[in-house]
Amino acid sequence: MIDSFVIPLLKVVIVLNATLVGVTYMVLLERKVIAWAQSRLGPMRVGPYGVLQPIADAVKLMLKEDITPTRADKWVFTAAPIISMVPALIVYAVIPFGDKVHLFGRDISLYITDINVGLLYIVSVASVGVYGIILAGYSSNSKFPLLASLRASAQLISYEVAVTLTLVSVIMMAGTLSMVGIVRAQEAGHVWFGFLQPFAFAIFFIGGLAETNRAPFDLPEAEQELTGGFHTEYSGMRFALFFLAEYANMIVVSSVATTLFLGGWLAPFSHWLPFLNIVPGWIWFLIKSFVFLYIFIWVRATLPRYRYDQLMNIGWKVLIPLAIINLVVTGIIKVLLH
Amino acid sequence: MAESIAFYTLAAFILGFAVLVVTTKDTVHSVLFLVLDFLFVAALYVLLGAQFLAAIQILVYAGGIVVLYLFVVMLVNLKRPAEEYHDPRRRTVLGVGLSVAVLAELGLIAYWSRGNAAPTLANAAATAIPVTGNTEQVGWLLYTSYLIPFEIASMLLLVAMIGAIVLAKREL
Repeated sequence: MIDSFVIPLLKVVIVLNATLVGVTYMVLLERKVIAWAQSRLGPMRVGPYGVLQPIADAVKLMLKEDITPTRADKWVFTAAPIISMVPALIVYAVIPFGDKVHLFGRDISLYITDINVGLLYIVSVASVGVYGIILAGYSSNSKFPLLASLRASAQLISYEVAVTLTLVSVIMMAGTLSMVGIVRAQEAGHVWFGFLQPFAFAIFFIGGLAETNRAPFDLPEAEQELTGGFHTEYSGMRFALFFLAEYANMIVVSSVATTLFLGGWLAPFSHWLPFLNIVPGWIWFLIKSFVFLYIFIWVRATLPRYRYDQLMNIGWKVLIPLAIINLVVTGIIKVLLH
Repeated sequence: MAESIAFYTLAAFILGFAVLVVTTKDTVHSVLFLVLDFLFVAALYVLLGAQFLAAIQILVYAGGIVVLYLFVVMLVNLKRPAEEYHDPRRRTVLGVGLSVAVLAELGLIAYWSRGNAAPTLANAAATAIPVTGNTEQVGWLLYTSYLIPFEIASMLLLVAMIGAIVLAKREL
């Protein structure tokens, strides 16, 4: 009873809350890092060095008036933020934050579940998330959100192909779709897949930037062209949901990249440097994910935005052919080594 | 017991959403009900122990194909009322005829195959498949017993793809 019901439920509660807190503090981190990159201080007023800023933001967004445009499609307009938030959160069910730990006399695994199609589950849930953006643009009954949502969905669909193809080459290396199994395969091989699959790693990261609508691929939110993108007509908490979904997706991409390419909870070079195993696995996982999140912000502070046709060219004419070549080469090497 | 409750609940939702897909006036809403329908079908696959198929169902149908449907629906103006046929009764006759034909076919199949145990992946695996795991078994079957249908399906997709390119780019 406790093992099959209470512990999973507790894990779900902890992961959901940690994610939401993490997401709000990602916003603060982003503002701070971008401010430092531009020689500013960033938020400083609320709490020491602005550490309470996310709470102030949340309170402000909850108190703001929640406006629905008169001629909007009310049901779809209400459902769209929920549709974009839920897939971003349920993905955490299969992400392995660490190996087993011994707590209160029981072995507790640091993941909610390990299903045998874990990676496929992540990809398919992420593919449902795009509905939130499309429907938000459509139901607002306003031309800028509609244009932005068309852009966003075209972008998501094109980059999804490249990212999924790189995942196939990782699956070929690991021989399993289970997220835990992929980490175990890297543990058994004593080498992270990021070193064996550098092209897949690079394509996954670029595709991840595009799929989360982050700079330099943040065309769906290009303020200069589209006022605010697909969430122009949203206000208050519903706007906040879109905002949180974007950051939750960033954390998802970082965690998946960590699991697939940087050995998940494994300590770096633990085969040769065994003293690094003193640090618990979940801390390594958090450090590695944090590096990715920092790079996300760093890239945003550094690179200008791509033009839309350039974005499509990179997706279809560079990343997808590269991913296919990578897949074929991986297959050939795999057969030759067998 | 629990399994049949789950099955009938899911089946009720699937049928309910299917009815809503064809009766809703607003095309976008009807496409959304289609997505919900596909998600519940995926849940049915999970109930049958076919997790791989369920994930693919969501990825390909709910996530891929219906997004393209939405594109078409949003870009084409569907507010205009559909043009009526000259003979309004022709549609009814056709519809009823087709439904009766499909029902008769399903009934005949059910009648002939009564008594046969359903061929599940589990008992097929017990006899022939040397691999374990849902994905591995599907892959094994695709590349052994069903190799030719699999290749024919991929050829069909290739033909469709080339056709679409030829149609879209006339001055190749």
